[in-house]
Amino acid sequence: MKRLATAVASRLVILIPYLWLLVFFLIPFLIVFKISLSGTVIAMPPYTPVFSFSDGVSGFFANLAQLGIDNYLWLTEDALYVNAYISSIVIAAVSTAITLLVGFPIAYGMARAPAALRPTLLMLVILPFWTSFLIRVYAWIGILKPEGLLNQFLLWLGMIDEPLIILNTHTAIFIGIVYSYLPFMVLPLYASLEKMDYSLIEAAQDLGCPPIAAFWKITFPLAIPGVVAGCLLVFIPAVGEFVIPDLLGGSRTLMIGKTLWSEFFNNRDWPVSSAVAVVLLLILVVPIMYFQQVQARTQEQDR
Amino acid sequence: MKSLGSIRRSFAPWADASAKPYISFDNITKKFGDFTAVDSLSLDIYEREFFALLGASGCGKSTLLRMLAGFEAPTSGRILLDGQDLAGIPPYRRPVNMMFQSYALFPHMSVEQNIAFGLKQDGMAKADIEKRVGEMLKLVKLEQFAKRKPHQLSGGQRQRVALARSVAKRPKVLLLDEPLGALDKKLREETQFELVDLQYDLGLTFIVVTHDQEEAMTMADRIAILDKGEVVQVATPAEIYEAPGSRFVADFVGTVNLIEGELKGRENGVARIEDGQGLTILAEDAGDAAPGNRVWFAIRPEKIKVSAAKPDKTDSNAAEGEIYDIAYLGDMTIFHIRLDDGRIVKASTMNSARVSQELLTWHDRAWISFRPDSGVVLTR
Amino acid sequence: MTGSWTRFNIVSIVAGFAFLYLPIVLLVVYSFNESKLVTVWAGFSTKWYFELFNNRGLLDAAWVTARVALVSATVATVLGTLAALTLTRYTRFHGRVLFSGMVFAPLVMPEVITGLSLLLLFVAIGLDRGFVTVTLAHITFSMCFVAVVVQSRLLSFDRSLEEAAMDLGAPPVKTFFAITLPVIMPAIVSGWMLAFTLSLDDLVIASFTSGPGATTLPMKIYSQVRLGVTPEINAVCTILIAIVTVGVVAASILNKRREVQRQRDAQAAMRS
Repeated sequence: MKRLATAVASRLVILIPYLWLLVFFLIPFLIVFKISLSGTVIAMPPYTPVFSFSDGVSGFFANLAQLGIDNYLWLTEDALYVNAYISSIVIAAVSTAITLLVGFPIAYGMARAPAALRPTLLMLVILPFWTSFLIRVYAWIGILKPEGLLNQFLLWLGMIDEPLIILNTHTAIFIGIVYSYLPFMVLPLYASLEKMDYSLIEAAQDLGCPPIAAFWKITFPLAIPGVVAGCLLVFIPAVGEFVIPDLLGGSRTLMIGKTLWSEFFNNRDWPVSSAVAVVLLLILVVPIMYFQQVQARTQEQDR
Repeated sequence: MKSLGSIRRSFAPWADASAKPYISFDNITKKFGDFTAVDSLSLDIYEREFFALLGASGCGKSTLLRMLAGFEAPTSGRILLDGQDLAGIPPYRRPVNMMFQSYALFPHMSVEQNIAFGLKQDGMAKADIEKRVGEMLKLVKLEQFAKRKPHQLSGGQRQRVALARSVAKRPKVLLLDEPLGALDKKLREETQFELVDLQYDLGLTFIVVTHDQEEAMTMADRIAILDKGEVVQVATPAEIYEAPGSRFVADFVGTVNLIEGELKGRENGVARIEDGQGLTILAEDAGDAAPGNRVWFAIRPEKIKVSAAKPDKTDSNAAEGEIYDIAYLGDMTIFHIRLDDGRIVKASTMNSARVSQELLTWHDRAWISFRPDSGVVLTR
Repeated sequence: MTGSWTRFNIVSIVAGFAFLYLPIVLLVVYSFNESKLVTVWAGFSTKWYFELFNNRGLLDAAWVTARVALVSATVATVLGTLAALTLTRYTRFHGRVLFSGMVFAPLVMPEVITGLSLLLLFVAIGLDRGFVTVTLAHITFSMCFVAVVVQSRLLSFDRSLEEAAMDLGAPPVKTFFAITLPVIMPAIVSGWMLAFTLSLDDLVIASFTSGPGATTLPMKIYSQVRLGVTPEINAVCTILIAIVTVGVVAASILNKRREVQRQRDAQAAMRS
């Protein structure tokens, strides 16, 4: 009896989260894919065909025949979409590179801080992550706008004569992404740097390697797992980012997350926005799978 | 004084007044905040010497080594290497190399690349690097492991890679920080001899830091015993063992019986000590303790004779007691004997015959006795 | 890694933290601005906070958000803990690769995709959009974060504790509740807090999955932010920041105090 209870319990441990994720994570993607092949109608739901059990088998096949790749063709015909994809990838890549440049010295400084101070520093990096993304992006509007605090400060310093236009430019998006995703870069970098045995650097110096060369030959190569994880954690969500380009990038910036949003909410074109999502997912599938592999590998090492 | 321990070879530059020291620690002090790790320490080490810094953890031995390597700067004092003051020279420009306690093998590089690392820093030609790496791999018998990464090696193999990497540059001095600490006992004993042979063959100066007295005794030409950042004694292993300069040294190296007493007088180089509880000790002593001084007689267990029979002479250097513990170790047996005044004396006998003639067992009455030249008289 | 802490290290940390915190500090400061013009300082005032309490729409949204966060965090914590157990304890079962993929992918998945896909699911199964759908959506993505937090604790968990319990006669299920659960509890609690704040902060997924009558606070803030920066929004944001900061700081202080107490007990035990 007890044995049975144990067996049932261990099945349930696996089954409950498994089924939940299947129903609420995997199946929705299949639905997105199906709708991306549907046509648009003005109705609720605003797409056709709608599969229903009442149609029977013949109705099912009739509906199946109505599916097509028109929406995907549409995406390739309109330069807007292609440009949005390209500019999203470019903006995400540039922001990731800047985040790495900004984040590495911080993570490095934290890893070399006195051991007693490290938990506090770590907490200070994590804390902003707990505050709302929306709020943090919003805070930058007040700083970056033409009559905002940054311009007031620079004018007061006398470094500029007239306000800089930063808000509603790519620069503002870069600032927003770097700012919002910085903790995601710093944490994995810190984790891999902190693990590193400092005597490796001493050994390199002892063997005749000056400090800066030792950094490139020893520290950086050993931090690469952290660099990879950090870059993926920034790049993947940044490609599909909506809030930052919407609030800081203005109407002229083209990013695919924003395009999808307006396609869905403003044009109410569900099939096209589904097609946009499927293509975005296809673009990201390689980095996402790579990210999972990195996760699995670090998990194996910790074991 | 009788000659003690010219064991390995007739190599004793420290005894030669005209010999110039190769490395000199000149009145070195190192403070970390309020803590004084090394306290006005002076020490000379000679070329081709195998020198050991021996002490408990926190005695400052590693700090001394790290100052020589350049990872720490002395708070005051000078370190001279071959007459040159090392102050201000960064670690990567010092002609000394270190073998780290953790080995510090670069995990992202193969064995080969690890060994070649230092040579590359010197801008050595590629062909020469390959040749030298080959030699080093051969030296440490790891030829077939050249392409392996450190995590694919056993502890003993890693240790040899670390050694090969640190001697590859042919440094003037090799510093070894607990080089055998991570190995198991058997491997450690083998490796001790390998290190000594290697040092002799390469003609290098080795300075090894260790907390293991056996390791220091086996390998070193001379040992410096450190305590609380100060040198307590510098001498050859045999001198350290047979003629310790203080109770601390006598107790730190090996096992010792310390008998406290008052120096009553001296005749023909033999001191007469009474412990006030009926035991009179006659001991050869060339020291400068004056009659009336408080002294300690230090005697090693293997120099005490245990017998059931009463010794011929019992008025000095002999006492009676009861056997209270016996530890049979195979090669020897250690007796703990409780003297009639309550003190415990340790004595050991070699089991040179398979069957003991005289069988002593728990609670037997027994006599201990020793010769006047078996122990030393210590004043501190 | 240790070694000397150079001036370069200190400067990078100080500059990095200034960058992270300055915008938030400015936002908080200007929530106390008398002037309606956010960027012109006109004296200290708390009037915007009082105005909040008259803003019916905002208060309703806050109430919706609180309920969604509470329910979704609790369910997500249970599911996430189960998922973490599955990942660490059952190394071989059919579809393990798929499962770990489904746990890790939502961590980086662009929110627009998650939001859209969940909405289409709800439409397909005919579930009316509202409180329930937002909650289900939040459970789904925050359970993955909980799973990661709990899993990292389980990986460092000393399995011999469980073996000892079973050796002493406790069956597996009992062992879990008597030994494993109490040990990993701090991780579960921080997982819950993470899930709660994720739900509290989410704009994109909620926008897709909520319906009339279930407008969350971030949605409300967003619709007002689009119209421009106002001190009233600054005040709402300040309150949210304060809640989260107090929660996180209190939790970590409690944790630390427990740790210190444990060390003190251990020392006292050693001495006696």
